[in-house]
Amino acid sequence: MTTRPSLAAVVSCLVAAAILAVLPFLISGYHQGLLTQVAVFFIAILGLDVLTGYSGQISIGHGAFMAVGGYTTAVMSYYHHTNLIVTMLMAFGICLAFGFVVGLPALRLSGVYLALATFALAVSMPQIPLKFSRFLGGSNGLQAQTVSHLWLYGVAWAAAAILFVGAWLILRGRTGRAFRAIRDSEVAATSSGVELPIYKTLAFGISAAYAGVAGSLFVLATNGYASPNEFTVALSLQILIGAAVAGLGSLWGVLVGAVFVGLLPEVSSSVPVVGSTHGQDVVFGLFVIVVILLLPTGFAGLLARLRVRLTRQSMASINSDPGTS
Amino acid sequence: MSAVQTREHPALRRDRLAALGPLGKPVNLILVGAAVFLLIGCLSSQIFAQQTVVGLAQGAVYGSLALALVLIYRATEVVNFAQGEMAMFTTYVAYQLTTSWHVTYWLAFALTLLIAFVFGMGVQLVFIRPVQHTSVIAVVIVTVGLFILIDGVVGWVWGADIKFMPAPFGNTVYHVGGVAIARQDIGTILVTIASVGLLWLLFQRTKLGLGMRAAALRPASARLVGVRVDRMLALGWGLAAVLGAVAGLMAEASEYSLQPSFMQPILLYAFAAAVLGGLESPVGALVGGVMIGIFLNLLGQYVSFVTSEIRLPFAFLVLIVVLLIKPTGLFGKKKVRKV
Amino acid sequence: MSALLELDEVEARYGPITALHGVSLAVEEGSIVAVLGANGAGKTTTLRAISNTVRRSGDVRFAGKPLGARGPEEVARLGIAHVPEGRGTFSELTVWENLRLGAYTRHDSFKADADRVLDYFPWLDDRRNQEAGTLSGGEQQMLALARAFVQRPKLLLLDEPSLGLAPVLVTEIFRIIRELNEREGLTVLVVEQNAHLALQAATTAYVLEVGRVALSGPSDELQQNESVRRSYLGY
Repeated sequence: MTTRPSLAAVVSCLVAAAILAVLPFLISGYHQGLLTQVAVFFIAILGLDVLTGYSGQISIGHGAFMAVGGYTTAVMSYYHHTNLIVTMLMAFGICLAFGFVVGLPALRLSGVYLALATFALAVSMPQIPLKFSRFLGGSNGLQAQTVSHLWLYGVAWAAAAILFVGAWLILRGRTGRAFRAIRDSEVAATSSGVELPIYKTLAFGISAAYAGVAGSLFVLATNGYASPNEFTVALSLQILIGAAVAGLGSLWGVLVGAVFVGLLPEVSSSVPVVGSTHGQDVVFGLFVIVVILLLPTGFAGLLARLRVRLTRQSMASINSDPGTS
Repeated sequence: MSAVQTREHPALRRDRLAALGPLGKPVNLILVGAAVFLLIGCLSSQIFAQQTVVGLAQGAVYGSLALALVLIYRATEVVNFAQGEMAMFTTYVAYQLTTSWHVTYWLAFALTLLIAFVFGMGVQLVFIRPVQHTSVIAVVIVTVGLFILIDGVVGWVWGADIKFMPAPFGNTVYHVGGVAIARQDIGTILVTIASVGLLWLLFQRTKLGLGMRAAALRPASARLVGVRVDRMLALGWGLAAVLGAVAGLMAEASEYSLQPSFMQPILLYAFAAAVLGGLESPVGALVGGVMIGIFLNLLGQYVSFVTSEIRLPFAFLVLIVVLLIKPTGLFGKKKVRKV
Repeated sequence: MSALLELDEVEARYGPITALHGVSLAVEEGSIVAVLGANGAGKTTTLRAISNTVRRSGDVRFAGKPLGARGPEEVARLGIAHVPEGRGTFSELTVWENLRLGAYTRHDSFKADADRVLDYFPWLDDRRNQEAGTLSGGEQQMLALARAFVQRPKLLLLDEPSLGLAPVLVTEIFRIIRELNEREGLTVLVVEQNAHLALQAATTAYVLEVGRVALSGPSDELQQNESVRRSYLGY
């Protein structure tokens, strides 16, 4: 990754922003809702990508962080009528702290064990509102303020844009270098002066904070309801799938991943025969498998391969390099 | 690749030396301690004994599924997230056989295991083999995809409502010295012991089993002596699916009802069991399953805070504590792996 | 008459790095053939090219038939036993299980051969239930030979049997290799850095330099060769 954005990257960012800014005025509220969903997944997958793609720590539990963020918004809105934007900032802060705390035991775990521990977190989290149902509303959930589709669309994509730029700023500098050094080799990173505990927990904190904002928006997108049924393991798996489709370590792939998990279930539900919930699952499951079979390194891997091929072609025209594969 | 796999690590040797003194290992001390604790508890309280037996039966189910996970993990270093849903699917096959086609229970049981075997092999051939050599994360995602796919297919074919199957062991409850023991629980324990025993014989006493172990431990070397490693991996998935089917059928029988999500909590307990025992260790998976089964039942009985909602988080809290103290699990050996 | 094993202009590569640039060699039935060379000359890769554990091109013929795209397990089933670098010990399994794996491809009982193998390595009998990883390097090398022997191969590929062993053990290993060749008629292709011992044991030898055959011929001739003596034998 370069430290300065290429012209092409800036232009495509601006074009994307312009399209997203105009789009809501051309489509129905329902479709605005769908695109909001995409924004929510975009933010969550972005967070997971910071953790897994850049610092090399696996998490199958990002739904848990989303739940914390979502319940932060619901609780503050329900009990204190706090401004929703403020609750999002609170979700960011609380999840940042929570991510740090989760990151501490994660320092001792890696690979499969970290994957299973975070999975455990994802499974356990929805049980907490059931246990403390007096305060958190049990299985009925908590109702936050409701907002219009357009408001939510604007806020969600604005948040996505801010967080995208934020991620880019963090990852291009010293912190990003430290993350990548840890991902590539912890031993080598330590010996070149990267403080592992600080950067590994920092990655967890940032990642969780992103997921927290996503969770907060997610609650607002489901008519303002925070309920355990919304934050099941399936949500964590969706984020993971999105990240895998995106391909790890590529900010651009994230958009593709978000569109995949955000829109595919809806698109498949409009197909006649498969239009049932189960049909959607079948289609979604099949698509996930097929995409990974075709692109094991995700969309990012595809991009990288295309880039290699392009550079090789231009190289080949300069000197007759044998072009090894 | 082959150089990495055939290199021997000195820690293996140290572990083996430590194994010479059986009581010298902390694991064994823990196990003996736990056994003594359970024995005293069972002798002094009927409720304690009752919960222990129920926990043992549940633990047997967790252990079987955990063993299935371990079989696959040892061979491919991949955790199969679809293991529980595969078991759920085969249980629905048994449901179809018994209730719609009126096959007697135990014949259906046998047929289901056979179907599970073919199904497991098929899953490996069609879905896993193509991504096997790419990356672990890709394989994990494929198993997650399978999870969703199987869920969808079962929901589509059989619907999401609760189904009922004939009870294999009836509803008899025995009273032994004031302790109520369900026939179902004893049946579950016996079936688990039988299936694990048969599997053990296969692995330890047959040439095929030896080939499977060789393929899992050192695939490159195994190929050089003529073991068809890919075929062994498919067989491994088949056997894991059979174990899963046993777990599914026994879980259905103790819950008396069947719905598409019924294996999901059990998969999670099986994860916990496998990690507790050490992901590489078949014995560990079984012991871990039984420990978790008993522990949770006793906890539910004696600690009022641990209500049914919080059973799962609590199991995982324990799991994470164990991981932090001994990251390789109770029976795991430290293994240096190039990342 | 065609040889048991023939390599014709075989190339092999690890990713972008080409390790063999067209190696041709022949192994006559009943002979011991040595491949000599410095580190990185392509000795190990030559064996890997035969058992198809490296990406290769060019023709490998065994008993007159091209091996083609057969994977390592199928090559083993044709009767080629490959004792790789690191000896291919299944260190988590017992000594006896390692032996049984040697006979994995056979459908008959390997009992008779197992008894025969104990003539060569009587100590194996006492250690049969010991985990193979706990054996010493020399013992593991002998176990590897025993394992290859019960495979009843037509051809044995040995990768640096002397690696990491004390000189006494190396001499012993080569004695056993010669014995297996003379008494059991085993054909051996051995790759070795210890040129002295290898040339003594072998009938024919090839010298590899950076992935090419630099010299070849009957081993007694090579032993007299000025450059071989200077570069590989050290006198």
